[in-house]
Amino acid sequence: MSGSTRRSGKSKTFDPANQRTNTSTKASLNEAFDKQLYDGNGVEKYVGYNTSIAANDEDLDNVGEINGRRLVPQYTASTSQLNEFAHGDTEEADILMSREEQAQIASRETDYQKRRFDRKLSPPRADPFAQNGEDEGWSYRDIMKERELEREEARVRKAIEEKEAKGGNQVLDHVPTLKDGIDGVDGVVTADGSKTPPMEQKRKRKRRWDSNSEEPADTKPEPEQKKSRSRWEGDEDVPQVEEAPVEKTPVEESPAEVSGPVRSRWDTATAPPAGAAPTPASGLQTPRPSVPMPFAFGTDISSRNAPLSDEQLDSILPSDGYKILEPPPGYEPVRKAVGVPALPVGYNGYMVPEADANSSLLGKQLPTEIPGVGDLQFFKAEDMKYFGKLVDGADENDMTVEELKERKIMRLLLKVKNGTPPMRKTALRQLTDNARQFGPAALFNQILPLLMERTLEDQERHLLVKVIDRVLYKLDDLVRPYVHKILVVIEPLLIDQDYYARVEGREIISNLSKAAGLAHMISTMRPDLDHQDEYVRNTTARAFAVVASALGVPALLPFLVAVCRSKKSWHARHTGVKIVQQIPILMGCAVLPHLKGLVEAIGGNLNDEQPKVRMVTALALAALAEAASPYGIESFDPILNPLWTGARRQRGKSLASFLKAIGYIIPLMDEEYSNYFTSQIMEIVIREFQSPDEEMKKVVLKVVSQCSITAGVTPVYLRDNVLPEFFKHFWVRRMALDKRNYRQVVDTTVDLAQKAGVAEIVGRIVNNMKDESEAYRKMTVETVDRIISTLGAHDVDERLEVQLVDGVLVAFQDQSIEDPIILDGFATVVNALGERAKPYLPQIVKIILHRLNNKSASVRQQAADLISRVTFAMSKCDEDVQLVHLAQALYEYLGEEYPEVLGSILGALRAIVTVVGLHAMQPPIKDILPRLTPILRNRHEKVQENTIDLVGRIADRGADYVNPREWMRICFELLDMLKAHKKGIRRAANNTFGYIAKAIGPQDVLATLLGNLRVQERQSRVCTAVAIGIVAETCAPFTVLPALMNEYRVPELNVQNGVLKALSFMFEYIGEMSKDYVYAVLPLLEDALMDRDQVHRQTAASAVKHLALGVVGLDCEDAMIHLLNLIFPNIFETSPHVIDRVIEAVDGIRNAVGTPMVMNYIWAGLFHPARKVRHPYWRVYNDAYVQNADSIIPAYPSFEDKVCQRHELDIFI
Amino acid sequence: MADKLRAQQQLESLQARYVGTGHADTTKFEWTSNIARDSLSSYIGHPPMLQYMSIGLGQPKEKTRIMLLERMIQPVGQPPEPQD
Repeated sequence: MSGSTRRSGKSKTFDPANQRTNTSTKASLNEAFDKQLYDGNGVEKYVGYNTSIAANDEDLDNVGEINGRRLVPQYTASTSQLNEFAHGDTEEADILMSREEQAQIASRETDYQKRRFDRKLSPPRADPFAQNGEDEGWSYRDIMKERELEREEARVRKAIEEKEAKGGNQVLDHVPTLKDGIDGVDGVVTADGSKTPPMEQKRKRKRRWDSNSEEPADTKPEPEQKKSRSRWEGDEDVPQVEEAPVEKTPVEESPAEVSGPVRSRWDTATAPPAGAAPTPASGLQTPRPSVPMPFAFGTDISSRNAPLSDEQLDSILPSDGYKILEPPPGYEPVRKAVGVPALPVGYNGYMVPEADANSSLLGKQLPTEIPGVGDLQFFKAEDMKYFGKLVDGADENDMTVEELKERKIMRLLLKVKNGTPPMRKTALRQLTDNARQFGPAALFNQILPLLMERTLEDQERHLLVKVIDRVLYKLDDLVRPYVHKILVVIEPLLIDQDYYARVEGREIISNLSKAAGLAHMISTMRPDLDHQDEYVRNTTARAFAVVASALGVPALLPFLVAVCRSKKSWHARHTGVKIVQQIPILMGCAVLPHLKGLVEAIGGNLNDEQPKVRMVTALALAALAEAASPYGIESFDPILNPLWTGARRQRGKSLASFLKAIGYIIPLMDEEYSNYFTSQIMEIVIREFQSPDEEMKKVVLKVVSQCSITAGVTPVYLRDNVLPEFFKHFWVRRMALDKRNYRQVVDTTVDLAQKAGVAEIVGRIVNNMKDESEAYRKMTVETVDRIISTLGAHDVDERLEVQLVDGVLVAFQDQSIEDPIILDGFATVVNALGERAKPYLPQIVKIILHRLNNKSASVRQQAADLISRVTFAMSKCDEDVQLVHLAQALYEYLGEEYPEVLGSILGALRAIVTVVGLHAMQPPIKDILPRLTPILRNRHEKVQENTIDLVGRIADRGADYVNPREWMRICFELLDMLKAHKKGIRRAANNTFGYIAKAIGPQDVLATLLGNLRVQERQSRVCTAVAIGIVAETCAPFTVLPALMNEYRVPELNVQNGVLKALSFMFEYIGEMSKDYVYAVLPLLEDALMDRDQVHRQTAASAVKHLALGVVGLDCEDAMIHLLNLIFPNIFETSPHVIDRVIEAVDGIRNAVGTPMVMNYIWAGLFHPARKVRHPYWRVYNDAYVQNADSIIPAYPSFEDKVCQRHELDIFI
Repeated sequence: MADKLRAQQQLESLQARYVGTGHADTTKFEWTSNIARDSLSSYIGHPPMLQYMSIGLGQPKEKTRIMLLERMIQPVGQPPEPQD
């Protein structure tokens, strides 16, 4: 915007239209006015208007388009910007989603995270370390075979897909789709809905793959696979889009995965033929067919796509008057989806896998009370699936031990998951204590399926994970066969958005690896390293990193080296490098000792033939360098060359990752190297400034800021080579609109300014503060603020100074929303300029005064805030006159009705009083204070805080400006402040009592305070006691003590307690001065310590403690021993607060009279026959031992026993 | 219940930090051993005290120091046989 328009804009600032006024000449826009305007005569005021607008935006979109082309060029946000808040971190809550759904974990997961439902619990593994463990469960070989099979399957799928793409499936077309599958092989299956389709699926899968697996890879595809291209688009495609270059957080990389196809049921149905984990409620089924649902509840949409069965049609359509037609000869259904072949007739969606169909009806009333469990907090429909057995009313007398055990665990789990906190606690303890009796199989077969449930909520997951954690401790190595199952359910936690879930997951896996041992962990997780599903590999890599940090990197390193060099599959290498990448992210600088080994392990992969492996290697190096910073450059030596040469060869995403690695390694280098390498890399970085890729932008900004802070880079170099391009590409309006870019650009600019100097950078951006885009102005002000607040404004010359102040003023006035960033920037600039700001102050004051009277409350508030920020600079410029002027204006506005604004106004007044001084203040203090008294009654926290501050300051520095009666009035108001919630307010009020008492003498204040001890509220009484203590401290104790002790004679518990408390605070505050009052208060304390009331003795004990600590070494031992005699019997108190105070009192007295004296009391009870006696004595002994061990030595008793005697002490010269 | 548990945990952490602290089930043997060891280390830790003792025993300070150090091994004799 040009200068001239700006000037005219300034006059707009002082436009009277935005000022507050009561004399409006405008007509108000009420209904009567509407009627008059649109001359509706009361009939129907919208007659003749179009009352509806298009519900969907299509109508508007098509305006102005001819043949689908716009006539006017339109600029609009990119889809990524439009969807910014729809996914991931920044996602906003969908208000249409029900509350229960929102609570579910699955509802906030990304599609990538939801892929956890695709995994299944594998059968238990053999434990080769256990006795005869070999023959139970699957061995390593079985698993590897299984994985091989899966990969083969994926490969075949891809082959089929390619073949189809080439149109090679004509032959297959002749095979009728419906004939294969169940009808073809098994005949008609009864459609009773008692079996879920997955079972059928599994059986079929078994037939296909188990028998055919040895056949050559290009076997003829099964007939029903025709036309199924979309369904077969398999995982082999997925890796092409995986791996966003930055992989710090799981969320960042997940969007790339979103494009992955939804897996069809075929993909998941590769259930192993035998020994799979039974479903939770498998009691009535044979173990074999009850494979866990290959897809979880709700994921299966095939039922919606299934054709209506004859029964359903019968029930929908009337039976008479219609005729069922025969399909014409040669008809073949076109729409038959191939992936969903085996739906039995009458299939109505998911059914609970239970034999008796009636309990599977979810419409049935859900029980609130389960027999043997008690009242639960809630019971969900899904819980029926797992805990339904508990309500089947079977007789427990004719059950086997195993069944009973199962029910017992079920009940405990239900209590933990759905119970009230006390129920949970006991149930959790029972589960933990009996874990070894229950055995791992019974426990995990129930816990793990629960964790796979789709409708699981955070709380439930947390509790179940806790159960696993506790049980792990107890089971120890018995857990081995279940390691993989546990990993399957716990690994997803590692990529959860919730930080605590990630921590929880890490903890479990680390405990698991400690229980199972490294060898078993490796043999369990090894098969997943080259799993065909990227999701599995990713989570496994993260889990492996946790294992490494739990068992030590050196133990795992040989394995990592082997994996990273795997010849067999690049997937394994990729995962191996990824493990190395995750280790530093997890362990931070703790990788330093192992840095060399880790770098060497992945170094070779920089030249891998697979671009993905190269990319992840560079990212891993970046993570290692980041964690090692600023040490460890020697470990990176071997990879520097490949990294540099590699960076020159790469393009696009992999270049970004290489640059990232270089950017992190350069700060580790010494001066000359970093200089050389920076100049080398800068070429590429500057070239990539113009890259449109967001990821690349982020990386180059990071590299620039990292390079600029290294010692080897000179300001001249930056100025000549980097800055012009940098400002050209990054200081553009567009950057201010995206939150992430905004932050990055500001950070980088600030880093550059550290090297290049304030004038250089600020000079380039100063004019942006007058830009027409508000976001851009804000970004500039924030940058200027951060640069100037760290580096000062010393090298800002006169011209730049004018520009700076002008720009800041424009940015300040043109805010549409009052932003703290602009306020900060303004204050920073004015304060940094200091005395040089003098010429601009009149203008600034004028603007502030004008804005103080603005209609909008937030503008007024900001103006007041600005005053409190710039008073210091103003007084430095000798502008006290202006300050007083402002103070007068603020005084006028003390009637402000918005508490936020009032608080700011009070704060501004206080700031002015601070720099101007009370004597020079205008209006005079004696006028200001009476205006403040009613404001003290305001309940708003900000107002309270600021008034009490101001009042306290006046009471402290200039109490004599105001007459005593006004101060007493304030005292009464202050009593209410003692009830404030904020501690700062209460403390300020207490201090103010002290100042006032000093100013007008303690008598009146004390009378007020003592009266307040009778009130009901505890907090108020406590604060009053504190205030009495403060008054006693400021006005000498002898002025207070007589009245206080006299008050103790009031036969009222609260008052007496208050007096004791006040004494306790008083002794704490006056310290050594207490020695003059010891004998005076002794009778009072004596009486209090012998009182029946516990609280009485407790408070007296705390008074004794402070008294004793005050008189250490001041010759009051006799009084202290007297008090000790009264205190000591109280060590048998059991109430936690009482006993703590008593012990503290004993400690205090021990310091006052010396350890040996107190030890004399202790020896008697250490070996008392009654444990109840021994216990507290040992507690006192331990405290003495910990605090004064050396001074006990001479006091130890002498023993009869020869060996126990300490002869050395008998030596006498 | 929870308080008891917490007190127990606090006591355990205290004992992990300070070996000489005791509890209601401390035996005479444990306590007297601790007393003896604490005393011996206290003598060694105060050089004037060590000097005084050495003069009394008529031997060099270092010898006394070594002697005291060695006495810290089973200072009150063999531990009692475990009963039951």
